[in-house]
Amino acid sequence: MEKIRNFSIIAHIDHGKSTLADRLIQKAGLVDDRKFRDQILDNMDIERERGITIKSQAVTLPYVNKEGKAFELNLIDTPGHVDFSYEVSRALASCEGVLLVVDASQGVEAQTVANLYAAMEHDLEIIPVINKIDLPSADIERVKEEIEVDLGLDSEQAILCSAKEGTGIEEVLDAVVEYIPPPKGSTDDPLKALIFDAHYDPFRGTIVSCRVFSGSLAPGDTIRLMYNNAAYRVEEVGIFRLAREPMKRLSAGEVGYIISGIKTVSDVRIGDTVTLDTHPAAEPLPGFKEVKPVVFSSIYPISSDDYHSLSEALEKYKLNDAALVYQKDSSVALGVGFRCGFLGLLHLEIVQERLEREFGQSLIMTVPTVRYKFILTNGETVLVDNPIDYPEPVTIDKALEPYIRASIMIPERYMGVVMDLCLERRGVNSQFTYPTPGRIEIQFDMPLAEVIYDFYDKLKTVTQGYGSFDYDLLDYRESDLVRMDILVNGEKVDALSQIVFRENARKRALQACDRLREEIPRHMFKIAIQGAIGGNIIARKTISPFRKDVTAKCYGGDITRKRKLLEKQKKGKKRMKMIGSVSIPQSAFVAVLKSESK
Amino acid sequence: MDQPGLYIHVPFCRSKCPYCDFYSLANTSLMRDWLDAVISEMGIYKGCFKTFNTLYLGGGTPSFLPGPHLEALVTQVRGHFAFAPDAEMSIETNPRDLTAEEAALLKTLGFNRINVGVQSFHDDELCFLGRQHNAKDAIAAVSRLRDAGFDNVGLDLIYGLPGQDMERWLDTLEKGLSFEPEHLSCYQLTIEKGTVFGRRKEEGDLDPIGEDVEREFFLTTSEFLTGRGYCHYEISNFARDTKHTCLHNEKYWRRTPYLGLGPAAHSFQEGRRWWNVRSVRGYCEALRNDRAPVEGEETLSPAQAHLESVALGLRTRRGFDSSEIVNQMERKKLDELESRGFLHRDGNRVVPTREGFLVAEQIPLYLCEEGRL
Repeated sequence: MEKIRNFSIIAHIDHGKSTLADRLIQKAGLVDDRKFRDQILDNMDIERERGITIKSQAVTLPYVNKEGKAFELNLIDTPGHVDFSYEVSRALASCEGVLLVVDASQGVEAQTVANLYAAMEHDLEIIPVINKIDLPSADIERVKEEIEVDLGLDSEQAILCSAKEGTGIEEVLDAVVEYIPPPKGSTDDPLKALIFDAHYDPFRGTIVSCRVFSGSLAPGDTIRLMYNNAAYRVEEVGIFRLAREPMKRLSAGEVGYIISGIKTVSDVRIGDTVTLDTHPAAEPLPGFKEVKPVVFSSIYPISSDDYHSLSEALEKYKLNDAALVYQKDSSVALGVGFRCGFLGLLHLEIVQERLEREFGQSLIMTVPTVRYKFILTNGETVLVDNPIDYPEPVTIDKALEPYIRASIMIPERYMGVVMDLCLERRGVNSQFTYPTPGRIEIQFDMPLAEVIYDFYDKLKTVTQGYGSFDYDLLDYRESDLVRMDILVNGEKVDALSQIVFRENARKRALQACDRLREEIPRHMFKIAIQGAIGGNIIARKTISPFRKDVTAKCYGGDITRKRKLLEKQKKGKKRMKMIGSVSIPQSAFVAVLKSESK
Repeated sequence: MDQPGLYIHVPFCRSKCPYCDFYSLANTSLMRDWLDAVISEMGIYKGCFKTFNTLYLGGGTPSFLPGPHLEALVTQVRGHFAFAPDAEMSIETNPRDLTAEEAALLKTLGFNRINVGVQSFHDDELCFLGRQHNAKDAIAAVSRLRDAGFDNVGLDLIYGLPGQDMERWLDTLEKGLSFEPEHLSCYQLTIEKGTVFGRRKEEGDLDPIGEDVEREFFLTTSEFLTGRGYCHYEISNFARDTKHTCLHNEKYWRRTPYLGLGPAAHSFQEGRRWWNVRSVRGYCEALRNDRAPVEGEETLSPAQAHLESVALGLRTRRGFDSSEIVNQMERKKLDELESRGFLHRDGNRVVPTREGFLVAEQIPLYLCEEGRL
């Protein structure tokens, strides 16, 4: 166990986390330089394109230091978004230390601080790494001072490196060995292994990634997942070397995988404890939480013929994403589809994008919403996460909506604009703390509905990227809610309805009408877009028709050109849905929530 | 009507008009080479088409060809291809070229339908359009054609010039009608990319009239000419009666076979369309080397043919055959368009109304089911 180190890399976005991971992997000689590609741990196209990490990934790096001692370093790569904060917390719980990467020219930024706090919460050893020292704008002295003052870390300990150029990589590895403590725990105690990730392999079923805290397990053992209370026979255990490498046994302190005939990732809970059926642990590892969806939206195929294909795609997709929940749904406007629950908006976007790209689906997603609670006059309580299910207004006694405790960390100078933003989003009970001079942490109680859409983007904008944001769900609080409907040429489009705070209804209706006016192309006839509460029209916009659209000349040479143009325009129309006689583009169904035009 | 038509592209003009994006050269140095090339291109298609019942010399400015060239061209055409005895023989002309001798020559060569590029009867408008003639030239030209005994004369006019008011346009139309033309083509000025006007528009020096004014001009033109007994048989074309529609151009809209000779010319036969290289030099070069000057070709899928039939049909008063509409969704949308007054049914034809003409390019987009493409 003395030879094992378990660590993670944390950083503000674009400070070079993935590049550093790449260099560490190359240094360990795990991959041929010719076969190497950037962001090697991020397997999904979507991760590479967006430069983000969605799923946790572990890799065991062999390392021999200058004294000739051999070590096994387990690097656990973590996602970097608040939607996946629970996964991140489980990955950090599997480590003894972290590399906190700071950009040599940008210095300490919001996410650096938030990450530091997350690491401190898990009592991890923190090694500051100043990256990108090759940049002409690098200012190592200033960054060292920020590490000292803003982060309260010993800047003398900071390692200077350039992951891009490959300098300082050995020093980083030496620091991991030297400063991060080896794991503790006894092989003789009952097995306790923390599940920090699970992914689906079409040939082997679910591959569980775990950190063993005590005991050990080997093929042939029967394991028990403590929360699910389900037993499986272990087929294979091993460690990750980019590809899986089977081992005879996984023991206390190690990070690796278990294959045991678990069919889908939904049968596994991240954060659950694996123990042995014959010799079980008395209690699970701490920190388990059941992850519940907080954002809901419906997915419909653009063409109703594609329902079965979408159904199959969701089933397959779900094999690899336990966090997604869904059930059948139907809409007058859009036909048959699925109501889905997501961890947050990034999660929603990822599901949408992967269904479209990896499964070839053409989708319409409806406006995301939270789960409301209504207490009816007959005493019954109903949960509503779909505006279609909004109860008859006369039967509602009390309406409640979920609240969060939002924590926002910013440099002091942005306090005014962030306060304004939070108050506009119905924030209450503000609290301020000053973790380090010049930096402020603002906490607010806010309706979840106010942050699910574009709050994070807005925060980034008003703080020029320096704002970090995290939240915890609090409770349900009484509210005054109404359902705002949208009518297109007099026809109610149920998929565009939203449940909104009454006071904001008119503003929201105008916004929705404005966005739809931008999104819906001109037709041959006038289109009226209206926002309504019950029978009351509260907003109205119109799209004027084509007055004239025909070219003067169409002879021999013009015909092919004209037809090709028509074909191109028609292809664009494929992503539209006919509602009555109006073609509504796919993008319009989500755009109604946006407060500003693109 | 199923008989094929022959088109010959004469890519030469006295000068380039600033609005025109048809392919032509304003110098004559390649004229002789072009003539030789067209004649050898005729050899390629000898025997490939049935008897033609139309010939259309377009351009460019076919009347700009010197008499002997024109004569040689027509002689060769007749030598290579068979024409029906009552074939429509059209030529596009510029008023400046239409001397009494030219008119007599055209008659001798067997042309029986003359299109005159009048464009306007106002000198300031002609000047704006970069034309080399004035209103007096136009009037004289048409009179000479009548004197030479032509009983099928078409006038090409342009409307919707920036700042043009309706009165002046109606005045041009009225002057045109005084010749009792058998045919009128009224084109709305379109600012095309790559033309002098296109550049001026980009530079903000030329302000297009806008959709509402376009609409008003279109409707007024249609109402005015139908009021005077003309048949509005295609978006931009009017005939004094149904016998005087341009048989050749109708082949394009009805998807009847046609053969196009000359640079940039398009041909269509049995669902296949092909087109020649655009540059005169490249065209001549290919034929000098005994190669067909074809630059590209396409064979339409049933879905493409469907879209094209509907789109082309909607340009004409004849509309398209209702058998083009096959599924429930298209039928539903057809009803919708009918109820909104864009289309109506005439036996087994679906015919655009005047409002339908105005948005003729939106209708197929709306109507044709995407699944079929």
